[in-house]
Amino acid sequence: MGSAPPAFLRFEALGKTYDDVTAVSDVSLGIAQGEFVALVGASGSGKSTLLKCINRLVEPTSGRVLLDGEDVLAGPAAPLRRRIGYVFQGIGLFPHMSVGENIALTPRLEGQSLPDARAAELLELVELDPAMASRMPAELSGGQRQRVGVARALAGDSHLLLMDEPFGALDPITRGQLGERVRRLHEELGLTTLMVTHDMAEALLLATRVLVMDAGQIVADETPEALLSGAGGDVAQALVEVPREQARRLAGIGG
Amino acid sequence: MSPLLDALLDLGPQLAEHVLLCAAAVALGIAVALPLAVWASRSPSVARVALGFASLVQTIPALALLALFFPILLAARGVFGEDLPTLGFLPAWLALALYALLPILRNAVTALANLDDELIEAADGLGMTGWQKLRLVEAPLAAPYVMAGIRTASVWTIGAATLATTIGQRSLGDPIFAGLQTQNWVLVLAGCFASAGLALVADALFGLVERGFAKRRPALVIAGAVLALAGIAGAAVSLIDWRGETRETVVIGAKSFSEQYILARAIGSVLEDAGFAVEYREGLGSAVVHNAVASSAIDISVDYTGTLWTNQLERTDNPGREAMYEEIVRWEEENTGALVLGRLGFENAYGLAVTQETAQQYGLATIADLAGVAPQLTIGGDPEWFERPEWIGVRDAYGLRFGEQRTYSPTFMYNALTSGEADVISAYTSDGRIAAENLIVLSDPREALPSYDAIVIVSPRMASDEALVETLQPLLGAVDVDTMRQANYAVDRDEDKWLPQRAGEWLLEQIGL
Repeated sequence: MGSAPPAFLRFEALGKTYDDVTAVSDVSLGIAQGEFVALVGASGSGKSTLLKCINRLVEPTSGRVLLDGEDVLAGPAAPLRRRIGYVFQGIGLFPHMSVGENIALTPRLEGQSLPDARAAELLELVELDPAMASRMPAELSGGQRQRVGVARALAGDSHLLLMDEPFGALDPITRGQLGERVRRLHEELGLTTLMVTHDMAEALLLATRVLVMDAGQIVADETPEALLSGAGGDVAQALVEVPREQARRLAGIGG
Repeated sequence: MSPLLDALLDLGPQLAEHVLLCAAAVALGIAVALPLAVWASRSPSVARVALGFASLVQTIPALALLALFFPILLAARGVFGEDLPTLGFLPAWLALALYALLPILRNAVTALANLDDELIEAADGLGMTGWQKLRLVEAPLAAPYVMAGIRTASVWTIGAATLATTIGQRSLGDPIFAGLQTQNWVLVLAGCFASAGLALVADALFGLVERGFAKRRPALVIAGAVLALAGIAGAAVSLIDWRGETRETVVIGAKSFSEQYILARAIGSVLEDAGFAVEYREGLGSAVVHNAVASSAIDISVDYTGTLWTNQLERTDNPGREAMYEEIVRWEEENTGALVLGRLGFENAYGLAVTQETAQQYGLATIADLAGVAPQLTIGGDPEWFERPEWIGVRDAYGLRFGEQRTYSPTFMYNALTSGEADVISAYTSDGRIAAENLIVLSDPREALPSYDAIVIVSPRMASDEALVETLQPLLGAVDVDTMRQANYAVDRDEDKWLPQRAGEWLLEQIGL
């Protein structure tokens, strides 16, 4: 852990407590450019809090986060957040703006406009019809909305993409498709991606590196392959066991 | 043409001023409430204090709130100088704006507090600054609720603004107060219809804007706003005096009872005939009138010596009619600079009235005659009469011990007398019903009842206007109590009611003007 000094994103002894509840405790690690990191753990294990410390939706009580070698707390929050793509658990499309306006928000906050061609390109990246730009979010299905959410996160040309349980509210088929699409975008656009999920199968299928959290601490930091071959300790293995057990039972029914 | 329609068509200027007053008050309410709501949404303690204050204001009756701004502005003159108006538009505007504050503030604070947390997190997460979040997310999402608050505030304000009449601001309350006092229900209805109609129109237009915000249809928002602004602009344009006259207007005040309306109109007619531009501030609170004329907020008022003696000079003695008058003239000159022009000739005093039959049966001409027979008689009075110093004074001066003492509401007192339930009643000596019922007001040889000579007072601003003083001279000493009673009765009676204007002109005819 933490053996590669020139990391793109670094947590240094990061901690966050709310009154007397510890959400994140003494997390130190580095993430290199191009990694697809999944943060996995039970509810309340601190994975969302850790993610939000990166773009300052949560301010840590101890330690620090370095992005490209710079403390994220150094400057004002707004410009920092515009440099970081963020996909929300609740999708968070603004109901009073059209799909196109939602996508164009990050450039607009910088005082720039998003060319129509670029908006169309972003919609195509998430496999939506560019004609959808003029629709209102309420007219879309849940899956379509989260695709727009991903397109909006990519509009700022950021190289860091944070996703907080991005597919949690979607049906399994949409979820699988969108997950695959995001993984391919990650590669095509050369992104560094952090995804919070409570679904170990999703983490194993999409990520290049899986961080398992328990009670505010990182208890395993492994590749999917290592986890599947039994590494990472009890908490991690208990989580890996869930999809494995499901697969066995399905095979049993089929057999 | 129906009388109601006539009365409605006469309300143009009142409607226009009502619209402008309400628009200005709601605009000020918005200007204060919205920034306050944004601040409150960032700070819970500000929210508590602001909402608490606005709720507290709302518990003050609108009438009292309007009245309170008179002393507040009077005190503020210490800071802003003597030119600060204490009556009319300014206090009405401030009081109504305060009243409009609560619904706007409450809706805005509630709307901002109840915005979807996920959207707020999304706004922050995308990197919006506080101002961008307010402009791009919070304001548009809260807009329908804020608009609903503005709509409620407008309807309340239009209703409450009718009370502005009592502090000298022309409004749709003018016909309501005039009608209530003279029991002219057509006028009351006209005022109510006009203000209710205005409230409905405002409600419909702002409803359109609200729906436009809620359904995200800018065309509706623009249509509602444009129509509302056009109405306000129309009201403003209609009030511009196109004749371009520059001469100052004489403002005549009247308290809220028939005699005051009639005399104001009579004085106004005389001045208009002499070429003065005249405006009326009618239905003013009794306590407001003297302050208004003393501070030149109005220029002419009719008051009563006994009232000023007690309320302004704060005296309790009774030096007699002449001495009281002389003392008041001197006091006004020294203390307020107002000019007591003179006496009109009649008194509107407290008196004791009996029917012709009772007077003959017991041989009554003076209150002194009552003393011997009082134990066999019943006296009736309005609820406050038996507590008033006037009653205690006259009772003790003549040793009156009535067999029975009964209380009636003023309206029923005269019925009680004519039906024989009461033998003697307290009465206002210029009351029209005295003439109508052919009653006898017993004379007061011991001058136990203080005199209430009707006097004309001219504001300090106009006191040195010789033309005005000259024009009003013929009225002085010319109005006897019988003429005044008849004029009052013509306005008060149930059938064939006259408007105060007509009664005033009739009064002038009687005295040869």
